[in-house]
Amino acid sequence: MMQTAEMLKVFQQYRGDAIVIPGRGGRHWVNISTCPNRDVPLGDPAMGGHASFALGLALAQPDKKVVLIDSEGDVLMGMGALATIAEQAPTNFYHFMLDNECYATTGGQPVPNAKNIAYDVIARGAGYPRAYAFETLEDFSNNIKAILDEPGPVFVALKVDPEIENEPIGRRRRWQTRTRDQVIQDLQQELGIRR
Amino acid sequence: MTQTQEAALSPETVLEEMKKNGVTHVVWLPDSETNWLYLLMKADPSLHLIAVSREGHAFATAAGLSVGGKTPIILIQNTGLMESGDSLRGWALGLNIPVVLMVGYRGWTRHGITTDTAATYTERFLNAFGINYYLVESNADAPRISVAFEEAQRTKRPVAVLVGDEYHGFNR
Repeated sequence: MMQTAEMLKVFQQYRGDAIVIPGRGGRHWVNISTCPNRDVPLGDPAMGGHASFALGLALAQPDKKVVLIDSEGDVLMGMGALATIAEQAPTNFYHFMLDNECYATTGGQPVPNAKNIAYDVIARGAGYPRAYAFETLEDFSNNIKAILDEPGPVFVALKVDPEIENEPIGRRRRWQTRTRDQVIQDLQQELGIRR
Repeated sequence: MTQTQEAALSPETVLEEMKKNGVTHVVWLPDSETNWLYLLMKADPSLHLIAVSREGHAFATAAGLSVGGKTPIILIQNTGLMESGDSLRGWALGLNIPVVLMVGYRGWTRHGITTDTAATYTERFLNAFGINYYLVESNADAPRISVAFEEAQRTKRPVAVLVGDEYHGFNR
């Protein structure tokens, strides 16, 4: 397993000018990213929807790379989205998924069949032309450049250490530095989108 | 043309409303009323169709499209609308997405007693989320679709169009 923050630091080296939806990696990414106006740290608007949101953004901005840092809990909840993504086949879409084998934000309860799911196989079976799974930071580091150099859609499952939270939600440290409205406004300004 | 056909909501009219309002992407899941419309949309090169497998995905997808500068419409049935509650809340209302939902109003009737619970709870569901809606039953009602688009843009909120024309012109 790897640390999410360490994985994101490696990814940042190859990020280029990609739009990044950091998902549940947001609290680390906010301190790592060097291009915040191309980041879309929305927190968790509604579980299971990040992949569909990223698909919409990738289709709307086909000339920009769109990178999603998804989670296995989200993918399990919205698994049908993989078929839609594969059918739409946006070549600018890079779908990374953190697999900590549990619901970390609710105390670490295991996701269903936590240790026995091959998410890369599921993605490939749904129609993704390329899918990978990495368990160590070294393997990820050795492959990330090639993955981003190839066209999407691509799926990358990453085994990460769980960072379990047991504090009541109201007592947790808020990592977001911008409101969701501000995030969207900054992105649209950065991309020259008039809303 | 019979009086019934004249009164019906035609898929051509719905398509025209979409184009008039600049729709770029149709995020949809088939329902019993939309097959003819599907065939028309599929033949139209100006529309990009995105088929989802669960209606909740439609709201997140539409949110991404809208944030990225496009104009999506969501085309689903009332049963799927109710399935989508949390996505509607978080991705559409939570991100202030100006999107029109065209919702097949399964079970709706203005005559007699409504026996289909899909219809019983549709307007209650929309009211619970504070989503305004317009009922469209025939071509004469079609301008209400444009009203919904204008309202969605002005309020930065989802607005619903309830298609109450089941088993008639919308499906031919």
